[in-house]
Amino acid sequence: MQRYSGFGLFKHSFSHHENWQRMWRNPTPKPVYDVVIVGGGGHGLATAYYLAKEFGVKNVAVVEKGWLGGGNTARNTTIVRSNYLWDESAQLYEHAMKLWEGLSQDINYNVMFSQRGVYNLCHTLQDMRDAERRVSANRLNGVDGELLDAKQVAEEIPYLDCSKNTRYPVMGSTVQRRGGVARHDAVAWGYARAADALGVDLIQNTEVIGFRKQKGAVIGVETNKGFIGAKRVGVVTAGNSGHMAGLAGFRLPLESHPLQALVSEPIKPIIDSVIMSNAVHGYISQSDKGDLVIGAGIDGYNGYGQRGSYGTIEHTLQAIVEMFPVLSRVRMNRQWGGIVDTSPDACPIISKTPVDNLFFNCGWGTGGFKATPGSGHVFAASLAKGEMHPLAKPFSIDRFHTGALIDEHGAAAVAH
Amino acid sequence: MLHIFCPYCGELRSEEEFHAKGQAHIARPLDPDACTDAEWGEYMFFRDNPRGIHHELWVHAAGCRKYFNVTRHTVTYEILETYKVGEKPSVTATGATDKQAVAEGVTA
Repeated sequence: MQRYSGFGLFKHSFSHHENWQRMWRNPTPKPVYDVVIVGGGGHGLATAYYLAKEFGVKNVAVVEKGWLGGGNTARNTTIVRSNYLWDESAQLYEHAMKLWEGLSQDINYNVMFSQRGVYNLCHTLQDMRDAERRVSANRLNGVDGELLDAKQVAEEIPYLDCSKNTRYPVMGSTVQRRGGVARHDAVAWGYARAADALGVDLIQNTEVIGFRKQKGAVIGVETNKGFIGAKRVGVVTAGNSGHMAGLAGFRLPLESHPLQALVSEPIKPIIDSVIMSNAVHGYISQSDKGDLVIGAGIDGYNGYGQRGSYGTIEHTLQAIVEMFPVLSRVRMNRQWGGIVDTSPDACPIISKTPVDNLFFNCGWGTGGFKATPGSGHVFAASLAKGEMHPLAKPFSIDRFHTGALIDEHGAAAVAH
Repeated sequence: MLHIFCPYCGELRSEEEFHAKGQAHIARPLDPDACTDAEWGEYMFFRDNPRGIHHELWVHAAGCRKYFNVTRHTVTYEILETYKVGEKPSVTATGATDKQAVAEGVTA
């Protein structure tokens, strides 16, 4: 792998940047791999990278039905934070946050991780109580957090409407200053390039259409281009996880919904942090290019169509205009939907399955992007050893039978 | 935006008047105390999540406020029928439509 550096950029400028090396190979699949990852999004590619780099498993393939990072990795609002209430999830997301902090250097690819701060606004007394509880819990778990009153919020976010004239006046906010945004595509591409350099085969345009089993254990995947053998299989297919579980012969407690997002026309810098509101339900940040990146909740119905209904967009923008009346005449440029796999307790499933040697990492729902490095790391550890990583253990599929749910639904920084 | 025919109002109305309430035809176990943890977990949390024909419960929240069932395709979002609670769907996923759904899912 050609290392990227300032010097390299300078050198390539002499040849008009026409001689850059391809970022990854386009290999023909081998007959058998130690580990096959199904799904070439951020989580899958991160899993492959950490398998090869940290756990010494280099005979790995990532099988992707489309192109790398073309699903939810390309469709999210790029927010990274780790201020979750419960111990299990705070530790998992904080594990990811620590990896984010060194990621660009680690994979020699600028993922444009910008710790610009994530604000979670409070509009009611109960919001304030919940926020205080969450910040306290975060601090006990080693996650940074501060509670701000309305005056401090008005000072830090000048264009936010903090007057008393709004329907839901801002009473305060929490802020995680280590939170922020990262360039979503770069995360997929960076992990793909780094994994490829370590010998991982990235097999695109190949759809898994079944699992071959022998004595209750998976021995490989059937694809539309033939059989690929595997000692262990990890499925990381987000919205399509329920479908994949069906192919493997069991059910998951997941429902797939469209989650929409939209960006505005580019405007001058106006928002230098990430602002989320649970009560009016919307979140917003501004990209380096100048577009406002906006999202809110899922469409209520199950769907796989990567598009949602107009009513949801309208609610989202109502919330944004409620918070930032100054943006009321900004035009929206593009809108899209991703398919998120929501679980009953809004927490992921990182787990063994009823089929031996088949592992699932799914159910990230509306908040998977922020966890990409941590999710990949703990899933890689689990696939390498055949035993779940300690941070992943509470997220077993068994919790829906034992009742040991991790109830982040209303307790997370923004309810979905 | 979906247009949904409410079988009680007898009118085609805008999606905004409705809320989706998840999978339809889930029978509550007759004797919950006799259920194992696995059975109760299945009843509480495990849902069909097909890429294709899906029977689901909707409520006409800003209308007659009654619950009814919808058969809908989860890739094309086409509503194939709506029917009252207690009735059975007339459109169901057969082998042929399953394959069709998978094929459509690939290109979606």
